[in-house]
Amino acid sequence: MKRLLFFAALYISKILIRFLRLTGRGGSTLPGRVARRVYPGILRELAAQPRAVAIVTGTNGKTTTSTILARILRETGQSVVHNSSGANLLSGVTTSLVSFSNLRGEITADVAVLEVDEATVPIVLDEVPAKVVLVTNFFRDQLDRYGELEYSVSAVKRGLSKLGPDAKAVLNADDPIVASLGEGLSAETVYYGIDDPRLLHKNRSHASDVKHCGGCGAPLEYDGYFYAHLGWYRCERCASRRPWPHLAAENVELRGGEGTTFSVKGHGGRMTLPGLYNLYNAMAALGAAVTLGASIDAALGAIESFESAFGRMERLSVQGRKVFMALAKNPTGFNQVLSTLFRDGTNAPYLMIAINDRIADGKDVSWLWDVDFEVLADKQLEFVVVSGLRAYDMAVRLKYAGVSAGKISVEPGLPAAFTKAIASTPQGETLTVLPTYTAMLELRQYLVRKGYTKAW
Amino acid sequence: MELTLCHLYPELMNLYGDRGNVIALSRRCQWRGIRITIEPRTLGDEVDLSSYDIIFIGGGQDREQRLICSDFRFKKGASLKEAIESGCVVLAICGGYQLLGRAYITLEKEEIQGIGALDLVTYAGDRRMIGNVVIESRVDGLTGTIVGFENHSGRTYLGDGLSPLGKVLRGYGNNGEDGTEGVSYRNTFGTYLHGSLLPKNPTFTDHLIRLALLRKYGETEITPLDDALEQAAHREAIRIAGEVS
Ligand SMILES: [Zn+2]
Repeated sequence: MKRLLFFAALYISKILIRFLRLTGRGGSTLPGRVARRVYPGILRELAAQPRAVAIVTGTNGKTTTSTILARILRETGQSVVHNSSGANLLSGVTTSLVSFSNLRGEITADVAVLEVDEATVPIVLDEVPAKVVLVTNFFRDQLDRYGELEYSVSAVKRGLSKLGPDAKAVLNADDPIVASLGEGLSAETVYYGIDDPRLLHKNRSHASDVKHCGGCGAPLEYDGYFYAHLGWYRCERCASRRPWPHLAAENVELRGGEGTTFSVKGHGGRMTLPGLYNLYNAMAALGAAVTLGASIDAALGAIESFESAFGRMERLSVQGRKVFMALAKNPTGFNQVLSTLFRDGTNAPYLMIAINDRIADGKDVSWLWDVDFEVLADKQLEFVVVSGLRAYDMAVRLKYAGVSAGKISVEPGLPAAFTKAIASTPQGETLTVLPTYTAMLELRQYLVRKGYTKAW
Repeated sequence: MELTLCHLYPELMNLYGDRGNVIALSRRCQWRGIRITIEPRTLGDEVDLSSYDIIFIGGGQDREQRLICSDFRFKKGASLKEAIESGCVVLAICGGYQLLGRAYITLEKEEIQGIGALDLVTYAGDRRMIGNVVIESRVDGLTGTIVGFENHSGRTYLGDGLSPLGKVLRGYGNNGEDGTEGVSYRNTFGTYLHGSLLPKNPTFTDHLIRLALLRKYGETEITPLDDALEQAAHREAIRIAGEVS
């Protein structure tokens, strides 16, 4: 009877997946939900099959990190299955595992890399025997949808406490909240981080959230910040401090849009993804891969060949101009993109910013005031076209950041704004486009229609 | 002319881009040649708040709010109460607004004391009130629409002697029941609106600056500024709020 229900759930769910895909609706929730209704044990049975399951969670960088991790594992000769970013809740994870299994109900892959929403981690870990749980960072993100940060943190903490002694938690040493998750675990902890004091800033950026010791609640002292609240910290009251990372990036050279070079335990690494936040994504993936048995060299090789996850960042060519588009979805991400683009020497004088307030972007655009747009004010900015449903909010933000009114033009319609921005960019120069999530999707649709790029 | 603004607990109470309000106040002073100094004051600082011209406090997450609660009540509360009574210009958003009142009653019926400067009480709710808001203010010198975004589960009720900041046209406001939003008492304003609040409501920003100058210099005239962009954003916010509800 159990077998029968298992296969009934599997087939119904597979048929639904196929049907939704054929009718162009996609959707990762329904097939998994139906499967669980028919046979609640389905996820448990499927997830027990791969040699190892690695779970990737945290506020920022889940998709990039899990994609890099999957790539490293593949390049070391393992077969890997990996869920898509839209399927990181319980039913979505179930849908993914159903789609990975063959008609005999078998998942033949060596490793499953599962991106899991923070709040879903403890529920998933009830059914999935994870070998590795990787936590990237905790940031305030789109509050109006997810509620408060502490909820995510306590959910992940609850999840980690369920890990047995043969599992490992891979944790960001430079994020005090993530690092404090390692205390009192029966699972072994592996810390990763950045060991390059030249990159530490004395001042914290405004978008930072976390400033208190996870152990005793006292304000943390920082020797310096890498960005936001990530850095070298210690607590004066209870003497807890940033754990020494087992795997750290040293000799880091940030080369703006060109990428980054660094080394790990003497092995040289290079990546084309720009910015410190992507270095953290790479180090997180490296930490998990090494924990799963990959060598540092193999991991660095795979990282070097990695271009970008899901067009979060892409380069194209339009009417003789270069276009660089990078997703900017929350204050931390936006600050990272801005500091990458406007580092000393590099510059992005032709700029378009598109802000939407659909549910996937966050209905509340207050976060624009947490982004340090002030860095634009004293730069050689030629123009900035602002667009999207919240174009006017963005325009006001730039005005109060000190961008002169003559350089700001408001054009809410995305195609019109893009056309205008391209026309104002000289031949051969680069137009930089920074959209929120749905603005990026809309703009890409337009670019695909015009034949400037391919659909994903 | 010069003004001094005290930003209370800027590290802890900056949940919804609240620093945008401080940016708006300081820019609009600078553009008029009024010197403005921003002084952050946080946990443990002993401070005479009446000596400031403007005091700002934003909203925080539960954890941050708990951290400042005793500091606010026992260290700065009396001083802030005095500042409010002496006509200091005060703007308090969301969590900061709640703390000005008599108490905050949690879902477990636990009573957390506020500083008691204003006769208002907030009850924790199990439903979050989230969305775009438009209110209409009849406060002297501040008549017209005010726009913003709210995200709170606390329901605030004003005592009989208190006037709201405005009447809700779109959104929930103080409690989602009585159609009021915020509070206006002497030169003190409390509200649930962020967005940030002041940048898109230049009339409100200028009203606060005018009140501060009046108290300090007896001056009522301020130089008008070109607000075309801010007003366009204000009108757009009204349109968006109309669409969503
Ligand atoms: Zn401590």
